[in-house]
Amino acid sequence: MKEDPGYYDYWPYENRPKIEWPNGAQLAFWVAPNIEFYELNPPPNPHRSPWPQPHPAVPGYSIRDWGNRVGHIRQMELLEKYGIRGSISLSTALCDHHPEIIKMCHERQWEFFSHGIYNTRYTYGMTEAQEREMIKDSLESIHKHTGQKCAGYLAPALSHSELTLDLFAEVASEMFGEDGGFYSCDLFHDDQPTPIRLRQGKRFVSIPYSLEMNDTIAYLVQKVPPRQYGKALKENFDRLYQEGAESGTVMCIPTHNYQVSCAHRIKAYEEALEYITGHSNVWVATGREIASYYLEHYYEDALNDITAKSITA
Amino acid sequence: MSHSELDKDYLQYPQRTYGMDHDRYDWSMLKDRPKINWPQGKGVAFWVNVGLQFFPLNQKGIPFKVPGGMTKPYPDLRHYSLRDYGNRVGIYRFLKTFDKYDIKPTFAVNTKLAERTPYLLNKIKDRGDEMICHGYHMDTLHYGGQDPDEEAELIKRALDSLRELSGQSINGWLSPAKSESATTPDLLAAHGISYFCDWVNDEMPYPFRTPQGHLTAMPLSTELEDYHIILHNQHSAESWAEQVCDACDFLIKESSTEGGRILSINIHPWVLGQPHRIAQLEKALEYVTSKSEVWPAYAGEILTAWKDNQA
Repeated sequence: MKEDPGYYDYWPYENRPKIEWPNGAQLAFWVAPNIEFYELNPPPNPHRSPWPQPHPAVPGYSIRDWGNRVGHIRQMELLEKYGIRGSISLSTALCDHHPEIIKMCHERQWEFFSHGIYNTRYTYGMTEAQEREMIKDSLESIHKHTGQKCAGYLAPALSHSELTLDLFAEVASEMFGEDGGFYSCDLFHDDQPTPIRLRQGKRFVSIPYSLEMNDTIAYLVQKVPPRQYGKALKENFDRLYQEGAESGTVMCIPTHNYQVSCAHRIKAYEEALEYITGHSNVWVATGREIASYYLEHYYEDALNDITAKSITA
Repeated sequence: MSHSELDKDYLQYPQRTYGMDHDRYDWSMLKDRPKINWPQGKGVAFWVNVGLQFFPLNQKGIPFKVPGGMTKPYPDLRHYSLRDYGNRVGIYRFLKTFDKYDIKPTFAVNTKLAERTPYLLNKIKDRGDEMICHGYHMDTLHYGGQDPDEEAELIKRALDSLRELSGQSINGWLSPAKSESATTPDLLAAHGISYFCDWVNDEMPYPFRTPQGHLTAMPLSTELEDYHIILHNQHSAESWAEQVCDACDFLIKESSTEGGRILSINIHPWVLGQPHRIAQLEKALEYVTSKSEVWPAYAGEILTAWKDNQA
């Protein structure tokens, strides 16, 4: 085990090279709906138990199924209303189970990125070959069902190995070259994109995917009331927007249809989306677009700055 | 670092095909189903479900301690008596409130409570409100790995006794803690239950397969429960009422284009029946029933109206 994952060097938030998003935007905004499939009776993993009760875990399974049966359409219509294309963190088995959802999102030109096969199959305990196979399978599913060359990864149920980011980048490079596998949502260390150091040296970035703004963290872990969540979204935006005038920032709202689309919560979410998209200097984008733009315009500057600052430190 | 190896089947996905990963019900998005018309052209059926519960002091906690049950070493008088408070005091506040706002409450009754408190049972019986069975008591959980004969006996005892005491046919079921074994639905169907309220995967009724024919799964929200919001999430009673009102507004709006919807709130006299919380129940009920689109109804009536739409 390592003391530090080694993906990035310390790089202070102040005095970085200035980022400016397209059309002079000061904040890049993206919404990442997690569209997930949890199995009713998954095989056991010695490191983590998928459900708190013995099979069948009706409460946990059924509310997540609600997200697909009822919640998805609600969030999709809301995002459409505010001109937002979702960047889907996808349990790729959903392509097989619920192709209707994939089709609807594809028609709206939403982005799909890999969130593993099922959210009830953890990376813990996988050999390198097994994890590589799982990742490859997930990328192939997305490509087969949508034609998209998957650019991003969020490990299933945030279960990682020491090699997760490397394996994702390598598998994607084998399949798609530089067109795929260039960003990660697994790290929460920054409010701007940052270069990530991988063992094969691929140009690769981490882009902000905020755990703090994640509806499941807010509602299930911190247990906040809906209106407080809506308020936090606005406050998160206000500060990042203000700082973005100095150097462009990224705001992400990661969501789950079984949380944010509930009838008693969707109003608070809508108010936040209306507020955020009502500002002029916001670039409403997808994960892929943000990562690509950063790689094209700022990645080298960032690397140089990081190197310079680590030498003079 | 421990790297216990995973079996090869960890990367096998035998259920990775169209639809669900089990055969209890079909995959179906709510938006794809025919619109439901409620009686009198109403948009939102309002199902107020009241849990009347008995939490025994000598809780066994098999296979887990039921949420809301005893948490302290025996004898946990604190939780026992505070739950009992609901059945002695809180429920009578509820009944007044229901009458004030013309609610048609559905009572989910632990059979053991019906056996222990004939006065309360007769009160409900005389009102003519619908009762459904909430299992035998809160510590007789249904769960995976349970002895099948034990569970069958438990369901039979709970239903036989409640049917006899209530004089009602008892068509609905709500498992304690919404916990089930893999065969609970089969046993319910075999014992004359026509609908159950454990699965929260939909917002409208839907058919649920058993070897004895279909049950109907009725959507009783956990997310809007008083226990869930006030005690589990630790939100204020005021926030609970606000969330119910927000849900009502949203469902009324959705029903105007998508057909009939159901607002279901599952409440407990030991939670909202407290003097400092009851006003929030009144506030929520006043708001919801002030809407012309709302149809207050028993769960059984909602089911019947839904079935009438299925022709």
